[in-house]
Amino acid sequence: MAVFARPRQAFVIAGVLGLALSAAACGTGNDKGSSSNADSAECAAYDKYKGHDGKKVSIYSSIRDIEADRLDQSWEQFEECTGIDIDHEGSGEFEAQLPVRVDGGNAPDLAFIPQPGLLKRFADAGKLKPVGADTKAMAEQNYSPDWLKYSTVNGTLYGAPLGSNVKSFVWYSPKMFKEKGWTVPTTWDDLIKLSDTIAASGIKPWCAGIESGDATGWPATDWIEDVLLRTAGPEVYDQWTTHGIPFNDPKVAEALDRAGSILKNEKYVNGGFGGVKSLATTSFQEAGVPITTGKCALHRQASFYANQWPEGTKVGEDGDVFAFYFPAIDPAKGKPVLGGGEFVAAFNDRPEVQAVQTYLASGEYANSRAKIGDWVSANKQLDLANVANPIDKLSVQILQDQSTVFRFDGSDLMPAAVGAGTFWKGMVDWVNGKDTASVLQGIESSWK
Amino acid sequence: MTTTTPTVPTGTQRTGATPTRVGRVRRRLNSPVASLVSIVIAVVWTVPTFGLFVSSFRPEDEIKTTGWWTFFTNPQFTLENYQEVLFGRSASSGQLASYFINSLAITIPSVLFPLAFAALAAYALAWMNFRGRDWVYIAIFALQIVPLQMALVPLLRFFSAGVTVAGVQVLPAWDLVDEQKFAQVWFAHTCFALPLAVFLLHNFISQLPGDLMEAARVDGASHPKIFRTIVLPLITPALAAFGIFQFLWVWNDLLVALIFAGGNDETAPLTVRLAEMAGTRGNEWQRLTAGAFVSIVVPLIVFLSLQRYFVRGLLAGSVKG
Amino acid sequence: MEFDFAEEQPKFLMLMYGLIAFVAVVGGLLLLLDVVPAWFARRREAQLVAASASGAPLPRRRQREGFLALFFLLPTLLLLVVGLVVPAIRTTLLSFMDKDSDQWVGLQNYGWMFSDGSIVRVLVNTLVWVLLVPLVATTIGLLYAVMVDRARFEAVAKSLIFMPMAISFVGASIIWKFVYAYRGDEQEQIGLLNQIVVSLGGEPKQWLLESPLNTLLLIVIMVWIQAGFAMVVLSAAIKAIPADIVEAARLDGVTSWQMFWRITLPSIRPALIVVVVTITIATLKVFDIVRTSTNGNYDTSVIANEMYNQAFRYGENGQGSALAVVLFILVIPIVIYQIRNLRQQREG
Repeated sequence: MAVFARPRQAFVIAGVLGLALSAAACGTGNDKGSSSNADSAECAAYDKYKGHDGKKVSIYSSIRDIEADRLDQSWEQFEECTGIDIDHEGSGEFEAQLPVRVDGGNAPDLAFIPQPGLLKRFADAGKLKPVGADTKAMAEQNYSPDWLKYSTVNGTLYGAPLGSNVKSFVWYSPKMFKEKGWTVPTTWDDLIKLSDTIAASGIKPWCAGIESGDATGWPATDWIEDVLLRTAGPEVYDQWTTHGIPFNDPKVAEALDRAGSILKNEKYVNGGFGGVKSLATTSFQEAGVPITTGKCALHRQASFYANQWPEGTKVGEDGDVFAFYFPAIDPAKGKPVLGGGEFVAAFNDRPEVQAVQTYLASGEYANSRAKIGDWVSANKQLDLANVANPIDKLSVQILQDQSTVFRFDGSDLMPAAVGAGTFWKGMVDWVNGKDTASVLQGIESSWK
Repeated sequence: MTTTTPTVPTGTQRTGATPTRVGRVRRRLNSPVASLVSIVIAVVWTVPTFGLFVSSFRPEDEIKTTGWWTFFTNPQFTLENYQEVLFGRSASSGQLASYFINSLAITIPSVLFPLAFAALAAYALAWMNFRGRDWVYIAIFALQIVPLQMALVPLLRFFSAGVTVAGVQVLPAWDLVDEQKFAQVWFAHTCFALPLAVFLLHNFISQLPGDLMEAARVDGASHPKIFRTIVLPLITPALAAFGIFQFLWVWNDLLVALIFAGGNDETAPLTVRLAEMAGTRGNEWQRLTAGAFVSIVVPLIVFLSLQRYFVRGLLAGSVKG
Repeated sequence: MEFDFAEEQPKFLMLMYGLIAFVAVVGGLLLLLDVVPAWFARRREAQLVAASASGAPLPRRRQREGFLALFFLLPTLLLLVVGLVVPAIRTTLLSFMDKDSDQWVGLQNYGWMFSDGSIVRVLVNTLVWVLLVPLVATTIGLLYAVMVDRARFEAVAKSLIFMPMAISFVGASIIWKFVYAYRGDEQEQIGLLNQIVVSLGGEPKQWLLESPLNTLLLIVIMVWIQAGFAMVVLSAAIKAIPADIVEAARLDGVTSWQMFWRITLPSIRPALIVVVVTITIATLKVFDIVRTSTNGNYDTSVIANEMYNQAFRYGENGQGSALAVVLFILVIPIVIYQIRNLRQQREG
């Protein structure tokens, strides 16, 4: 990092409005991206991105803290070799702030958008730039059409996926299962049988929590989606997320009731927290923790829950906690994987922006990021050997498996007013005792 | 009304000159019941903060499983929360000191500008005669209700695209980078603070004794001169008072800073860092306990050190009965 | 990464530029104000001498003052136009348009507001907030100010009540979420309120789930913050009551109660109005508390929170703007009151 102050020139006090003072300075002090080692051997892989030395690309995302450090680390070599300076900013207010910045004419060059619904909104408004030919080729080479369709609007591809997660997991304690002689269930009926066995042993089998600050409710939407995928199948699921069938279709009601047979069952929940009513106020981060103290045995949550366990908890097939795949309900419908991820969308089509966009879709990037740890991607070039964490490894295996039917988190596909609004709120009401029909009716009427 | 009340300086002196007698008179008003009620209020007001304070010294899993009051029977003390807040684990989020400087660089001008402009405006609205002044005042007052969220997009566009009237660029875009973006934040905070500032200062300035102004005017002093030599000294305490509120507001602001300065350690204030501390998925909230106390220290110091002016300030202003 | 002071230099430089700009702008303005009217002043002096001798009015003075006043008001007015007036007009226009703001839809957004049951609830909640918060916060602030006045530990006592003001809304909400926290009855409570209930032999409750109690509990947070503001301003006003009035009343043998109603309250009326009006407007705009505590779930949402959700999270610009316009409308009674107040003051 530069020790010297950057040269500042031409400071102008504009008398505009008495206060408006604008400082025009030339940002020549580009301390990163010296081209000195650009020709070394390890830079050979980046040859195709060259020619943008000294250019700056801004990225906006919801990724913060340690994970943001890892991002910066993951493209460090790319920056050094190409001389492109990537300026990443993560914000917890990403979803609300991105539209403000875009409308205000202050859009970032690239944004990592986790909601295809939001991506579509920007694409429809003409704010996004379609991907360049290089990016398109790279994306199509490395990601399955299943994934790319989520960032394709009216036949135009607007970005490649980046990180992903697998949501169809049930966390449990291998240690506890071994001690008690329980086995991992592979069918829904086994799962219910196991739940009854556990309940009979005096432990409430399931723990869950849907409190998540201003996103309260989302963990329950994942539950519903996972069940719907298994009871009605991916085709119906697609119709549901695109409003091809009403939100309160009988098939959806059935899925809700089935999920309710666990979530709203006083016998089953809420291990370690109290009754069904405690679901709404238990934060999703804490929700699975009772597994480590033996007060609860099962917790359905995504792969990223691996980071939520108390320090010192060993994650692994023979460790303190691990996850099994959410079993199929109807063998005919199979067990599609529910997941999420973010897409690299561009608000700008300058060549260096496209270069970065292409790079982020590449196998080199995926492996570079995976090596740093705690990361999953559906990128086909991702080498399993670079994935250390066992749950991430399992996730990557599932995502890369050719036979896997993948579906994106439905609430992220719907218009935000539904997917991040009435659906979440409806779930909160639902776990608090409101009946299935009126909850679904309420959500349906909000979808215009 | 104004003529029957004592002038400001005399009022101040009188209270100051006879502290013992008045003190005795007033102290008798404090019955035991009143003392009890005030103690109850003080306790209720302090306990939540105190609980947080105690929690900030407790280990993470203790916070999540037992009440903070158990600290006294089973003290488990750690400084880890503060260590993480102050020195961080994340390299890209930078050093706390850096955010601290950002907060200062944002706050100081954001307090000074609205104070100066509002004082000028409030004086004009209170003591100068021109047509429609009451309506101007009422309009400014009413602007308090405009939610600043609704102002973000237009203001951002003002900075990023300038002003264009009928295809003609009237004002250019600002095109600021890095720490120059502070200027945008100052501008935004000043805009948003003005209605309340004008309202409060007008209330104050309009209650200054009219004979004082009249006398000055008869002596031939111009309005600018009256403002500088008579009004400013008298309202310095009121300025200090509003300054504190504006300071607290800007210091605790997250939204305006995020929009107009961005969230990098180049420009983001302490609040942005504290919000970030909750982790990407909000799981590290035990750190917020320590974070809250780190951010509260400066406002408290400011309040305690300005409290003196503050009290005297409003003292003069409310003389009018 | 070591902390590098040199890297912070540009920021200090920028701060310095800001301060220079401040001095230049404000100083320049004052200078300008001095120079421009200087020749007016010289002429007026002569007129004044003549006028004060004859007692005749100065017919042209008003006009000149208007010109001068413009300079006093210029920075404020320009900033307000850019920062608030334009956005307010834009918001009003957007409220008659659809969610992408490219088609006029007439009153549809307003129709939506009153036909959607959850939004009607939001409007009702907002009214409850606006009625309760100023009343309770001001009352507590006033009582406390009167009671600790001249008490032995006054400064400390006042700092305690003021402290919540120094905490951001989000911080305050987190603190209170802690107080309201719930754990199942077989577990140890971590929330103070439930601990108290349990130790009194009751059942722990999920406070934030119980409507309409939860709205009141959120109001407590706002009162907790704003009482400090009320206390500080009112306490200063009380101190300003001229000592001779208090003494005279004392000698007349009035009780503390009478003293409060007959002397204290009338004397601090202007300050009281300022406090109530300021807190009322702050309450109308509050959204962080609701957002952090419940995100408007369990029937606790208020207009400002719903506006933020609609406009920013759901991309429903029309509906969000319409809610903002309702906020404008709600403030009209206060504006009318202010106009009346101002008239009285001018006549008085």
